[in-house]
Amino acid sequence: MIQETETAEAFTLSPETVDKIDKLVPRYPSKRSVTLPLLHMIQDEKGYVSKAAIQWIADRLELEPIHVYELVTFYPMFHEEPIGRNHVKVCRTLSCALNGADAVCQKFKEAFNVELDEISADGAVTVEYVECIASCGTAPVVQINEILHENVTQERTDELIEEIRGGAGNKS
Amino acid sequence: MSAGENRILFKNIDRPGYDKDIDSYMAAGGYEGLKKAVGMKPEEVCSEVMDSGIRGRGGAGFPAGMKWKFLDRKSGKPIYLICNADESEPGTFKDRQIMYKDPHQLIEGMMISAYGIQAALSFIYIRGEMYDGARILEEAIEEARAKNLLGDNILGSGYSCDLIVHRGAGAYICGEETGLIESLEGKRPYPRIKPPYFPAVLGLYMCPTIVNNVETICHVKHLIERGGKEYAKIGRPGNTGTRIWSVSGHVQKPGYYEIECGAMTYGELINDLCGGLRPGRSLKAVIPGGSSSKVLKAGERYQGKLKDGTEFDWGIDDIPLDFDGPMAAGSMSGSGAIIVMDDSTDIVAALANINAFYAHESCGQCTPCREGSLWLKKVTARMVAGEAREEDADLLKSIADQIEGRTICAHGEATAWPVQSFILKFRDEFVDYARKQARERQAKEQPEMVDA
Repeated sequence: MIQETETAEAFTLSPETVDKIDKLVPRYPSKRSVTLPLLHMIQDEKGYVSKAAIQWIADRLELEPIHVYELVTFYPMFHEEPIGRNHVKVCRTLSCALNGADAVCQKFKEAFNVELDEISADGAVTVEYVECIASCGTAPVVQINEILHENVTQERTDELIEEIRGGAGNKS
Repeated sequence: MSAGENRILFKNIDRPGYDKDIDSYMAAGGYEGLKKAVGMKPEEVCSEVMDSGIRGRGGAGFPAGMKWKFLDRKSGKPIYLICNADESEPGTFKDRQIMYKDPHQLIEGMMISAYGIQAALSFIYIRGEMYDGARILEEAIEEARAKNLLGDNILGSGYSCDLIVHRGAGAYICGEETGLIESLEGKRPYPRIKPPYFPAVLGLYMCPTIVNNVETICHVKHLIERGGKEYAKIGRPGNTGTRIWSVSGHVQKPGYYEIECGAMTYGELINDLCGGLRPGRSLKAVIPGGSSSKVLKAGERYQGKLKDGTEFDWGIDDIPLDFDGPMAAGSMSGSGAIIVMDDSTDIVAALANINAFYAHESCGQCTPCREGSLWLKKVTARMVAGEAREEDADLLKSIADQIEGRTICAHGEATAWPVQSFILKFRDEFVDYARKQARERQAKEQPEMVDA
């Protein structure tokens, strides 16, 4: 899976990220433990985890690429392909469902003309149904990129849609 | 704060003028517990935890002092402390409040606990989705380090311990302590089998490890300040301290409420503090301790004898808010997450929602859970999609019965218990679901037959 198109040499990270990584690795008793933090940092910078990124992490932590790849395929937060600039994560679990999450999700899909987990034609949005994000008292909740939005009524959904259309929230 | 609450952990949460920085925290008496602790012998700190009787707030309710006592101190291996901040049980949102609004309380609890067990290194394993939470904790850790409350030679005690914030990546199974440990080792979070892998003996890197929930760790700070025996006076014997209840679903005032154990009932919390149901609605069911706990049905009676011999005859409203109350009613308090459902709830759709969650979150290691959770999800999804069959109730129960007790970790039970309890208590609704759909299909087909 590694030697397809990109090579490890072609993969570079910003000096800031490299510096963060160099400071973090020695804090852990085991290099392998730093795999998840590195995946987060690289996805934060690149938007997704490419095969070259997996090779880079494996080299940096002295692991086999499969040790990294098996985490990418297991944990829901990692993407192997780019997604929309605004990642709209609608909670679908019980307390949100009891308070209208389905209608909220439907509204986002219709507004950007996408199915779940697809990228809208302009690349602006990916809508995903996610499991409980631990804010059930303010259901329904939607997380757009890193920002949690609570008590997302129909009116609030319209506002969030307008904010995305206006270019706000791009990787905030 | 609502009347009836007794805020100890949440004393500063949402208090006007209180900020999450170290100055606010110290102005409110913060880090006095740590100062006291480092003046004690580590084993004295452990004794205080034991004396307090504090039970784990993450779900299982195991006494924290006992957990600490199981630590293998003879191996000579380093000891690790991990705070389980992977708050993911549907309905639970209490740890989030502490980490976002009062991070130093958790950090102080961590440093006291680390000193008590003489941890070489400590971690907070936080949900990956809590981006700001991780940043807030990291900033707070640096504030504490600058004041020598964490890191090298803490407060001149000679004891040193670093604290690392480690983010998960969206997997519920990492809330299971051995799954969390595997995750922290950089592996897939497949839970380990106990025995032999009790974390206190064979935990992180096969070293003795203590894993405690955020709320549990915060109690350590307060019980050290007040003394374990004194702290045990709060609440009831075997149910000491306060608990933070997360209430969601169909109530007028959902939210988090800190209540002395046993001082109130489910009815008082739901009807008084949470403002009751929406106008014109009646109660249908209550999930008393996170979505994996067995559902309670409105109108049911719970009868039996408590541990101390007193007989009880309760409805949902009468169940005490503690560990043993929901247990006596055949369920559990779990993570303290109460989900209220009124009479507008489609009970089959509610179970379908829960089943989808446990199927998505099964790690896939054990066949009964991996396959069974998916079958449960498929059957209830089919029912909701209009293809329900009268025998589905029995089918669902049969699948759930074959998962329970046959898996490495408790995810099997978490998957099976909602199904078993929903079917047991709402069987008629599951059967009627199929009958109603059959009638509707017939009504649609009938005119066509006449036309032909």
